[in-house]
Amino acid sequence: MATFDDVKDVIVDKLGVDADKVSPEARFVEDLGADSLETVELIMGLEDKFGITISDEDAETIRTVQAAVDYIESKQ
Amino acid sequence: MSDPSPTRPTLGITALGMYVPERVVPNSDFEARMDTNADWIESRTGIRERRFATPEQYTSDVGVLAVRDLLRRDPQALQGVDAVICATVSPDALMPSTAALIAMQVGLTGAAAFDLSTACSGFVYALSVAQGLIFAGSARRVLVVGAEVLSKIVDQDDRNTAILFGDGAGAAVVGPVPAGYGFQDFIMGADGNGGSSLYLRCVAPTLPGGFNMGDSVGMNGREVFKFAVRALGDSGTQVLAKSGLTTADVDWVIPHQANVRIIEAAMDRFGLPMSKTIVNLDRYGNTSSATVPLVLREGVDAGQITDGQQLLLIAFGGGLSWVAGTMKWWGGAPSLKADNKAEVTA
Repeated sequence: MATFDDVKDVIVDKLGVDADKVSPEARFVEDLGADSLETVELIMGLEDKFGITISDEDAETIRTVQAAVDYIESKQ
Repeated sequence: MSDPSPTRPTLGITALGMYVPERVVPNSDFEARMDTNADWIESRTGIRERRFATPEQYTSDVGVLAVRDLLRRDPQALQGVDAVICATVSPDALMPSTAALIAMQVGLTGAAAFDLSTACSGFVYALSVAQGLIFAGSARRVLVVGAEVLSKIVDQDDRNTAILFGDGAGAAVVGPVPAGYGFQDFIMGADGNGGSSLYLRCVAPTLPGGFNMGDSVGMNGREVFKFAVRALGDSGTQVLAKSGLTTADVDWVIPHQANVRIIEAAMDRFGLPMSKTIVNLDRYGNTSSATVPLVLREGVDAGQITDGQQLLLIAFGGGLSWVAGTMKWWGGAPSLKADNKAEVTA
């Protein structure tokens, strides 16, 4: 749950959405309205927050909030 | 300031000029040619329009016009100049250098002249190189020109790049300024591992490792965006520390103008509001090595940049390359004051 809250903070900051919209199932593009550069900024924000590197190939697969949480937990 | 020798003069910008071509190309011009629309371009880049040179105009031509603008504002500005550096990725030719072609047309035949190729970092890189030439005793004053005719090297049918770039030029003289003003520190760097993120083929068809470059400017926008935001933030922070400054001391951040969202992300990293930076890419797009002098010139003309202010110059470009510089603006020379005649595009 700690990871989810941290991920949520990054999403709220980078995508400028309300925290209550950030559910585990929410999709970044379709549900949270991220455009192509915002998804890059979001990935960068997650890299900085969690001290990890996310390759372009991996970034392509991270399309929902839960996918981001799972990916980060798999890296820690 | 890092260990200045007592015999070294204080150096800075002593004259400044600019030129942009007359032809304005709005975003809507691209709609007919490719699958894009004006609002999409503006929301992704901040660019509304850019200038394109005439079919007969090349980089030396726009560079000369920037120098003539500098001379119009300060007819004595080139006295003592004995070296010319042209920062460009769109040179008229690989040889002769564009710097030599500009020098011969502005009365500087015989001065040392060479081009500097670090893409969009070029102008600020060249300021540092000019400072080094003078410190070494190899030159007294240096004319630094950032000039580009990118419309002629970009594939105008490639929507990833065509919409981003414009043409223009800036010119500055580097020379002695009063103590307490001028250049403080520079930080420069490059990483060829990122060469395939932003490139323009010349002789070799591939980069080391086999990356095939194609025939016009190529860019991986995602990689460049990530690199740019971090390079601007990191190099800016480093050069401020080198000068014993913090972001709170900065009056203006003068960034390379590639994409307003890169600038916004970098300012966010500095913890500074957008009101501490000057943006003109909405009108000119990315003019590569010309962006920083265009911002400086317009900032002075608008009365934003004034005597004694602390500036932070930051730029990044192909290479990949990056540069950051600190300087105290000296507003004492004729061309460094606001120009109420505002004939800047003549």
